[in-house]
Amino acid sequence: MTGLHLSLDAITKRFGATLALDNASITVRGGTLHALLGENGAGKTTLMRLAFGMTQPDSGVIALNGTPCHWRSSAGAIAAGIGMVHQHFLLVPAMTVAENIALGDRGVFTGFSPRDAADRVRRIGAETGLILDPDSRVGDLPVSAQQRLEIVKALARNAKFLILDEPTAVLTPREAQELYEWLRGFVIRGGTVVLITHKLREALSIADDVTVLRRGRCVLSAPAAELNETTIVQAMLGGRIDPSPVPEKGTVGPVVLRIMDVAVDDDQGVRRLTEATLDISAGEIVGVAGVEGSGQRELLRVLAGRVQPTTGQVRIPERVGFVPEDRHRDALIPEMTLVENVALQDASLRTGRMQWASIASQTAALVHAHDVRTADITVPVASLSGGNQQKFVLARELAGAPPALIAENPTRGLDVRATAQVLLQLRQARAQGVAIVVYSSDLDEILALADRIVVCFNGRVISTQADGDAIARAMIGVS
Amino acid sequence: MTTPRWLTRVGVPAAVTVVVITTLLLVVLLGGFDLSRALRALWSGSIGSSYAFFSETLVRASPLILLGLSVALAFRAGIFNIGAEGQLLAGATAAVAVGLGFSQLPSALLVPAELLAAGIGGAFFAFIAAVLKRRFGVLEVISTLMLNFVARYAVSYLVRGPLQEPSHAYPQSGALPPAARLPTIISGQQTHLGLLIALIFAGALWWYLRSTAVGFRVRVIGAGPIAAASSGRIDVPQVIFGVFLVSGAIAGLAGGIQATGVTYALYEDISPGLGYSAIAVALLARLHPLAVVIAALFFGALEAGAAAMQRDASVPAVFVAVVEALVILGVLAIGRVRTQIAVGRLTAEPAE
Amino acid sequence: MSNNAIGLFLEATVRTATPLAYAALGELVVERSGVLNIGLEGIIIAGAFGALVGAGAGGATAGFVAAVCAGMIIASIFAFFVVTLKSDQIISGTAISMFGLGVTGVLYKILYGTTGAALHTPTVGPLVIPFLGDLPWVGGALFAQPVVTYALYPLVVAVWCFLNRSAAGLALRAVGERPEAARAAGISPSRVQWISILFGGAMGGLCGGTLVIAQAGTFAEGISAGRGVIAIAIVVLGRWTAVGVAGAALLFGAASALQYLAQAKGWPLPYQFSLALPYVLTLVALAGLRGRVAAPAALARSDAESI
Repeated sequence: MTGLHLSLDAITKRFGATLALDNASITVRGGTLHALLGENGAGKTTLMRLAFGMTQPDSGVIALNGTPCHWRSSAGAIAAGIGMVHQHFLLVPAMTVAENIALGDRGVFTGFSPRDAADRVRRIGAETGLILDPDSRVGDLPVSAQQRLEIVKALARNAKFLILDEPTAVLTPREAQELYEWLRGFVIRGGTVVLITHKLREALSIADDVTVLRRGRCVLSAPAAELNETTIVQAMLGGRIDPSPVPEKGTVGPVVLRIMDVAVDDDQGVRRLTEATLDISAGEIVGVAGVEGSGQRELLRVLAGRVQPTTGQVRIPERVGFVPEDRHRDALIPEMTLVENVALQDASLRTGRMQWASIASQTAALVHAHDVRTADITVPVASLSGGNQQKFVLARELAGAPPALIAENPTRGLDVRATAQVLLQLRQARAQGVAIVVYSSDLDEILALADRIVVCFNGRVISTQADGDAIARAMIGVS
Repeated sequence: MTTPRWLTRVGVPAAVTVVVITTLLLVVLLGGFDLSRALRALWSGSIGSSYAFFSETLVRASPLILLGLSVALAFRAGIFNIGAEGQLLAGATAAVAVGLGFSQLPSALLVPAELLAAGIGGAFFAFIAAVLKRRFGVLEVISTLMLNFVARYAVSYLVRGPLQEPSHAYPQSGALPPAARLPTIISGQQTHLGLLIALIFAGALWWYLRSTAVGFRVRVIGAGPIAAASSGRIDVPQVIFGVFLVSGAIAGLAGGIQATGVTYALYEDISPGLGYSAIAVALLARLHPLAVVIAALFFGALEAGAAAMQRDASVPAVFVAVVEALVILGVLAIGRVRTQIAVGRLTAEPAE
Repeated sequence: MSNNAIGLFLEATVRTATPLAYAALGELVVERSGVLNIGLEGIIIAGAFGALVGAGAGGATAGFVAAVCAGMIIASIFAFFVVTLKSDQIISGTAISMFGLGVTGVLYKILYGTTGAALHTPTVGPLVIPFLGDLPWVGGALFAQPVVTYALYPLVVAVWCFLNRSAAGLALRAVGERPEAARAAGISPSRVQWISILFGGAMGGLCGGTLVIAQAGTFAEGISAGRGVIAIAIVVLGRWTAVGVAGAALLFGAASALQYLAQAKGWPLPYQFSLALPYVLTLVALAGLRGRVAAPAALARSDAESI
């Protein structure tokens, strides 16, 4: 048998109240390319972080070539010949390629010779075809080259088993094709690859085996040759029940938010959103779907007036409620009181004295109306539970009936009960005529909530039917 | 839960008391000084007599209040202005220059003019660092630290050059005429109008931060700059720029009252590191403007008592610097405990 | 005659630069690991005081050893707060500065009396290298200096080699640039920073020791005279490289020595001008650095906010 054979058996892993992995198992045969598929939050990355020794399972067994392994950190996995390329690269931008490769060489008196390190980069390049200029500064490299560097880094540590987390998310189709070809060659030379991905068609075309995770469980594991798109989509999305007709839908009013042909570049000048055109009317909820990094983040911020578009036209009301994904950093000041956090909204528009008494009564009314559980309105927001913090943010952003509300993953990290309450708040706002845009990484949630759904894919905004399969396909680039 | 309020309320003063007593005992025992004599001097030199209290403690506390406010305001907005020392020197220089240059003016005009000049001088010195930060991205820590020394050598030059007293014998400026001096406010004591000004500033700053929209924006920026920009839509760099100038102006004013109320002249060592003591004052007060008054009174009394101990019992007064350093480190350690509790509660790894 | 004035100027330049170079080389290593040590002033004065005690008890060599130890003791307090407790680097550093100045002041008065009577310590005199020391212009500057100056020449090379030609130096730089990446490569950022701060303490101590044993021959309160801040400025001006730091130290030494030249030449230059010049130069250099990457990316970053 060639290559490293890795099996994870009956793995369970919890993070707080969340069950990330529920008795999940996967067997990766040595010398094969194994695709690990699943929707956002299905547990793919968590499972592979366990395999790489970055976290430890609550229960279950990890075995390499049949021998159980108990790695306390990734150092153990690296020594065993496993390498992982994370979705967010762990490189030192100010250093050269050669220096990044040499980083982690051990010993107090071990020398570092730029020439030897450069030779090492060239040698690995010659052996594997992953060509990099050893003297380039990593920060100046394009993303595809940074990814190549991450792979070379693993190979320089003699990795025989590579885990790649969504490697093609940052690549152009041509670069993705080149990567896939290289991975096939690596497998032919005796290496083993696990590819975490959303893109099932591409996975199907190059993988030997496919495992599908859904909600922390392993729902399908079979050789790729025995599978087709339909079977995998069914496994990924489950026996999805299309939502019953949405209750309490009000009448749709005039257009409140309108963007036309909008493009957004990030700080590095990379285009994140392009040719985006969208109308949102009063009294409707527009759901936004998309895998991470598809442009939805920028879309939401343009609609909320938090980001100015690079080009294009934007027509939005002066006041737009905004519920950002990271509420601790972007929406709340945890050590300030509830009253002060209510005052935070539109703090730039306030003048003169702060009307603390009226803000306090406003806060009390909000807390009461939206059932935010708190001891008092003068305690720090940090003392509230996560669910109540989110209800509080929503209450604040909906206060005074703004014409529009933008919510980004509003139920992330909340338990079932809190999630239901947040969804109820959004529906009530719709009934009052607010134009609402919701992004959620949980497709089921969007399907249950939205009147109409748009999908972000590769920085473009695509309208689809409100049909679970069609959306899921659009998200992963399958029509 | 965050650290219970009673713990910080009782714990911090208790910890400070322990620090002072331990340090003092260590110094006295190590040095073989006369303990009872030292303690008597500490008491009588700080609050043991009306002269000690009004002419020593209160006079020393006055600039510390303003400097503590300057530092507290900057830290509140997340600005590491450790240039209070340089801003103080700039303010003192401006006040003395105005006082000597317009000495024929009546006191009712001259003193306000001096103090105004002091504020502008301090603000100007902070302006240099603020521009370097905003336009050139220079860390204000490094720039204010450098500017402290620039100010020091500038004063050293001025008191030996353009501003030197007429006889050219001593490295100091000419003495301010009586009309250019801050009036005392208690007859027979040294307590000067600067104390009143400092107290008014403390009250005003407290009210401003608590009750006005601009003050609220300052607090929000310090507590959560990203939320301030995202949810509050605040122009963070602009507010920071303004706060930096005001912080400098308050430190400059401290220099102004020191020059016009205590020294009546400019000389090189006009500030024995007051700008650094201010950091201890501000941190001990946990950046609260009214608490700054109490912390400044405490350090003022300690410095007055230490001076008396050195005079009467040979105990080196410089031990106050050790106390100040330990107070800062102690506050940092307590702050650490607080953040640890907060972080421990929020840390839950995301599922994916 | 002119040769003599220039020679004296160059000699004074190197003499003034020597202690600065020690402190700045230490601070360079500390900053490359992502820590800004504002407390360097306190470390230097502790080193100077240690040198006084040590040299008084056991001669010049013992003085240097004591200086290094004293510097490292103060540095370890700083490291405990900054690395272990992850307290704010700026505020901790300021406190350490005050602590060093205060403790040495107290101990000096306790041990040597409150009169501050001039104490003389054993000193190391200049070691003139035959022939080279007699060279015109640069002979006195480069080859008739105390042995601590000569020790600097290989030290600059050693620090350069460590940072650029050793695996450990690479790890240290990675910690200062991106600790997450270093951790992913199996490096412990905390351990690296602890060690670098201790090294910085040893070098800061040597700076103080040089001031006392090789130059002043005595100790006075405030003998460090802002050298901790100058050393930080030198690291900035030297753009965070060992060779740059050596050059910047010489430049700062020259700026201070300018006053001697001005005196000799009778230029109407206030000496405060040459003392303030280094700080102004640093501010200008910092403003000019904008947009060009030179400072370690993670400098002065503490993972946990405090206050």
